Amino acid sequence: MTHVLVIGAGPAGLSAAVAAGDAGARVTLLDSGDGLGGQYWRHLPPQRPAQREARLHHGWAAFDRLRGSLVGVEVVTEAQVWAIETVDGIAVHVLIGPADAGGRAARTFAPDALVLATGAHDRTLPFPGWNLPGVFSAGAAQALAKGERVAVGRRAVVAGAGPFLLPVAQSLTAAGAHVVGVYEAARPAALARGWLPRPWRLLGAARKGGELAGYAAHHLGRRVPYRLGRAVIEARGDGRVEAVVTARLNADWSPIPGTERTVAADAVCVSHGFTPRLELPIAAGCRIGPDRFVAVDADQRTSVESVYAAGEITGIGGVDAALVEGRIAGARAAGAPAAAADLKRRTATTDFARRIDAAHGIRRGWTSWLRDDTVVCRCEEVAYGPLRDAAAATDQASLRSLKLTSRAGLGICQARMCGRTVEELTGADPARAEDTTDRRPLAAPIRLGDLAAPATTCGKDTHV
Amino acid sequence: MNADVVVIGAGIVGAACARALARTGLSVVVVDRGAPASATSARGEGNLLVSDKAPGPELDLAMLAADHWPHLAASLADELGPGFPDIEYDRKGGVVVATTEEGAEPLRAFANGQAAAGVEVAHLTPGEARSLEPHLNPAITAAVHYPQDAQLQPVVATEALLASARRAGVRVLAHQEVVGLVRDGERITGVRTASETIGTSAVVVAAGPWSGEVAAVLGADLPVRPRRGMVLVTARMAQRVFHKVYDGDYFGATQSADADLQTSSVVESTPGGTVLIGSSRQQIGFDDRLRVNVLAEVAGRALRLFPFLAGTPVIRAYGGFRPYVPDHLPVVGEDPRHPGLWYATGHEGAGIGLAGVTGDLLCAQLTGADPAIDPAPFQPSRPSLAAHLTGGAA
Amino acid sequence: MSAIVPWETDPIRPDEPKPLRITVDGTSIEGLQGQSIAGVLLAHGITEWRTTTAGRRRGVFCGIGVCFDCIATVNGESDVRLCLRRANDGDTVATQDDTREAQ
Repeated sequence: MTHVLVIGAGPAGLSAAVAAGDAGARVTLLDSGDGLGGQYWRHLPPQRPAQREARLHHGWAAFDRLRGSLVGVEVVTEAQVWAIETVDGIAVHVLIGPADAGGRAARTFAPDALVLATGAHDRTLPFPGWNLPGVFSAGAAQALAKGERVAVGRRAVVAGAGPFLLPVAQSLTAAGAHVVGVYEAARPAALARGWLPRPWRLLGAARKGGELAGYAAHHLGRRVPYRLGRAVIEARGDGRVEAVVTARLNADWSPIPGTERTVAADAVCVSHGFTPRLELPIAAGCRIGPDRFVAVDADQRTSVESVYAAGEITGIGGVDAALVEGRIAGARAAGAPAAAADLKRRTATTDFARRIDAAHGIRRGWTSWLRDDTVVCRCEEVAYGPLRDAAAATDQASLRSLKLTSRAGLGICQARMCGRTVEELTGADPARAEDTTDRRPLAAPIRLGDLAAPATTCGKDTHV
Repeated sequence: MNADVVVIGAGIVGAACARALARTGLSVVVVDRGAPASATSARGEGNLLVSDKAPGPELDLAMLAADHWPHLAASLADELGPGFPDIEYDRKGGVVVATTEEGAEPLRAFANGQAAAGVEVAHLTPGEARSLEPHLNPAITAAVHYPQDAQLQPVVATEALLASARRAGVRVLAHQEVVGLVRDGERITGVRTASETIGTSAVVVAAGPWSGEVAAVLGADLPVRPRRGMVLVTARMAQRVFHKVYDGDYFGATQSADADLQTSSVVESTPGGTVLIGSSRQQIGFDDRLRVNVLAEVAGRALRLFPFLAGTPVIRAYGGFRPYVPDHLPVVGEDPRHPGLWYATGHEGAGIGLAGVTGDLLCAQLTGADPAIDPAPFQPSRPSLAAHLTGGAA
Repeated sequence: MSAIVPWETDPIRPDEPKPLRITVDGTSIEGLQGQSIAGVLLAHGITEWRTTTAGRRRGVFCGIGVCFDCIATVNGESDVRLCLRRANDGDTVATQDDTREAQ
C-alpha cells in the first residue's frame, strides 16, 4: 500500500490527507501544532471547548467535514519536522511532543510520496519602533484572538497590505478590542488594477469575493475606518507602544511628507503580505520558482519525483485554492487521478494570487520610512544603517557574506522574519543559491542531546 | 583588461595573495565564479591553530602565522577604520583534552613533540583544566593548554583582506567563471572568463576545494579534492566555554586519508553569544546534502566534552568543503610543468589561519623576494606529491 | 494592554474553563487549561518578558512560532517559544535576559 506523508494540517494538508486516504493510500498527517486546521482555522484547544466556535471562522463547516473525513488517517500532532534528508530516498525526521521540549519522541518517516503543505507566515516590513512591545504581526493578533480569545490591545491599529487585514480587524473586534483604524498601503488605483479587471472571476472563481464583501460590510457596520494608501511609518512609546504615526503613501509606497498623523494606540498589528515556509521544500530538493514559491505542475507535483506541494507554499491563493490544490496533491500522491472538476477549479483560483500581488504587492518606496537606527533583524538587533554600511564596506551584495559580516539573519529565527527584507535592502539576487535566505537545513531548533540521540533511536519508520 | 597577475578565487587565500602581490606594486585581478567570501571561507569556524599540527612544515607555517596574525589584524583594523566590521581576532588559546584512558598518553606525547618544535604547551591536570573550563566534563583523562591558538571571524577577515587589496589597486570580478588559458606556445598570455579575456602572464589558482577542477580547466592537474565538514551553531547563551576546546581525536581526523566519516569535537564560544560545534570530515565529493547521522556524531562528541550542552538548542547546521591534498600539506608555488601557473591552495581546514602567510609566501616566490620560510615543502614539485600527479612531476 | 475575553460573556459560548497555576520568575500566576504560556501572560496584560542584548523588551510578535521573540526558560529548558507551548499546571517559567547572559 502506498504510504503518503502529509506535512501541515491546514486547509491544503487536510484536504490532501483526505484525498489520499480516499484514493486508497495509507496516510500519515503531521502538524507541528497540537490541533488541526492550521492558521486559517486556528481555534480553541479541546481543553477549552466552545459551543459556537464557528462564529469566528469562515468555512468552518468545510473544516468540520475534513476533520470528520480523516478516518483511517494516522494524525500526529505536536510533530515538528526538523530535517528532511534526501541521501537514500526521502527521510523525514520528526520530534513529537510539546513545543521546543527536550527529549521528545523521535520518529523518521520514509514515505512513498510526500505532500508538503507548510503554509506561510506574515511578512512584516520594518519601521521605526516596530520592535517595541505592543507591535504584533497581524497574524499574531489573529491567532491570539481565535486560538486564545485574547485581544492584544484595547486600542488597536491594523496596518499593512492585503485582504488579510480585514479578518484581523474583525477578530480583534470580536475579542473586545477597539480597532481605531485599518490602514491599507495599496492606493485605490492599485486596488482597482488588482481586483477589478476581471470582476466575474472575483465572483465566480473564488468565494473569497463574497468573503471580502462580508468583511467590508462588517467594517461599515462597526464603523472601523478603512483607509487606503496609508501606512504606519512609526510606532512610538516609552518602552512600549503608546501611539503610531501614519502617513499617506505615493504609488511606490514612499510616505508623502506632511501627511503624517499620530494616533493613540496600545497595539499595532501589521502585515505586508506573506512569506511561504520553504525550508522543507528546499530540504526535499524541490525547485523554487522565480516568484519564490515552490514550482509545481498541474498535478501539484514538484520538481522532485513523489514530492507534491499544495497551498500557500505554491502561491498565496487563499483557502479555496489551498483546498483544491490539496485534493489534487493528495490524489496524485496516492497514485490516483485528480478529479477533473478540481483541475478546472485550480486554473481559476491561481488568478487570485496574481490579483493580490497586483493590488497589494510591496512597492520599493517603503524603504524611505526606514531610519539608520531602525532595527531590521529583530534577533540580532541589526539596524538599517549598519547593515547598509557593512554592504558598502565590503562592496558585497552576496547574502552569505553580508549575513556573517553584519549578523543580520543569523539569530535564532534564522532570518524567517528579516530574510526577504535583508535581501531587498542589500540588492541580493535570490536567483543565486547563495543569495536566498530561505534555505535552512535544520528546519527547527533541536537540542544537542536530542540531535545526538537519533543515531541510535531513529531508524526507518517502524509503522510501515 | 590586463593585469600582472590574475588570482582565481576570492576566498581568504585568494584575497591574501592578491593583497600581498598588489602591495609590491603589481597589478592584480581577482576572479571568482561566485560571490567573494562566500564558499569555503564562509563555511568554517575561523580556526588559527598550532595545536592540531604535528612537527613539520605545516606546523612551521602555522607558527609563523600565529606570530603574524596579531600584526595583520591590527594593520587591517588600522587601515580600514572603525567603520569596518570587526574581524574578532582573539588569541583565546586552545585546550585539548583526552576523554579516554587510551587517549591520554598519545595526547601528552604529541604535545611534547610540539613543545620540542617550539610550540607553547602547558600540560594540565584535570583540576587545572577545569579551572580554565569550569563546565568541562570532569571525566577527562589528560589536557593540554595551547596559548597560541586563536580564533577570528573568517568572513570578516576575508572581506577585510579584500577591502585592503582593493585599496592597493586590486580589481575583484565576482560571478565570472574562468573557462581557460590563452597561451603563446608554453607561455601564458591570458585568462579567459565566460565574458572576457584578461591579459596576464601569471595565474594563481586559489580556488580552495575547487582548485583541482580549475587546474583541469587550465590544462593542468592538481590532486586537490573536496572534504566536507559540518558545523553546528547553538542558540545564544551565557558564556560557558572560554577557549577552543577539542578532543584529541581531532588529530586522527585531519591526518587520515580515510574517506569514511570522521568526527571530533571542537567547541567554542563566539562574540555573538553562540557556541560553534565542529566538526566532521567526509570525502563525498561536492555532495552537500544534509546527513543526519553526521550531525548526530558531531553532537555526541561535543557532549563528551561539555555535558551541559545537552539541553542547548542547535539553531543551524552548515557545511563546507575543505581543500584536501593527499600528503596533507598546502600547495604554494609554481607548477614546474606549466610556467606562469601558480597554486595557493590545499590547506584543508587550516586555510583561514594560514591565509596571511600563504599570501606572503606565494608573493615572495612570484616576485623573487626572500620568503620568510623555506618554500620547498609546499611547492608543487615536492616529492610527496609526485605520486599523485598524472604524468609525473618535473 | 492585552486582555482575555471573559468566558461568561464570550459570544462563542465556551464551557467554564478549568484553572491552572504557573510560576513566572517566582510569582504564581493563574491561567486556564488550554492556554499557551504566552496566552496566560497576555491574559494578565503582560505583553513583554524577554530582554534583548541591547536591553530592549520583547514579548509576542508573530504569535505562531516563527519569530522566537517570546522565548523563555520553561521548567529549566531555555529558548522555549511561549506562544507554542501549552501551559501545564505547575510550570515554572524564568524569563531570559540577554544583557545578563552576555556578561
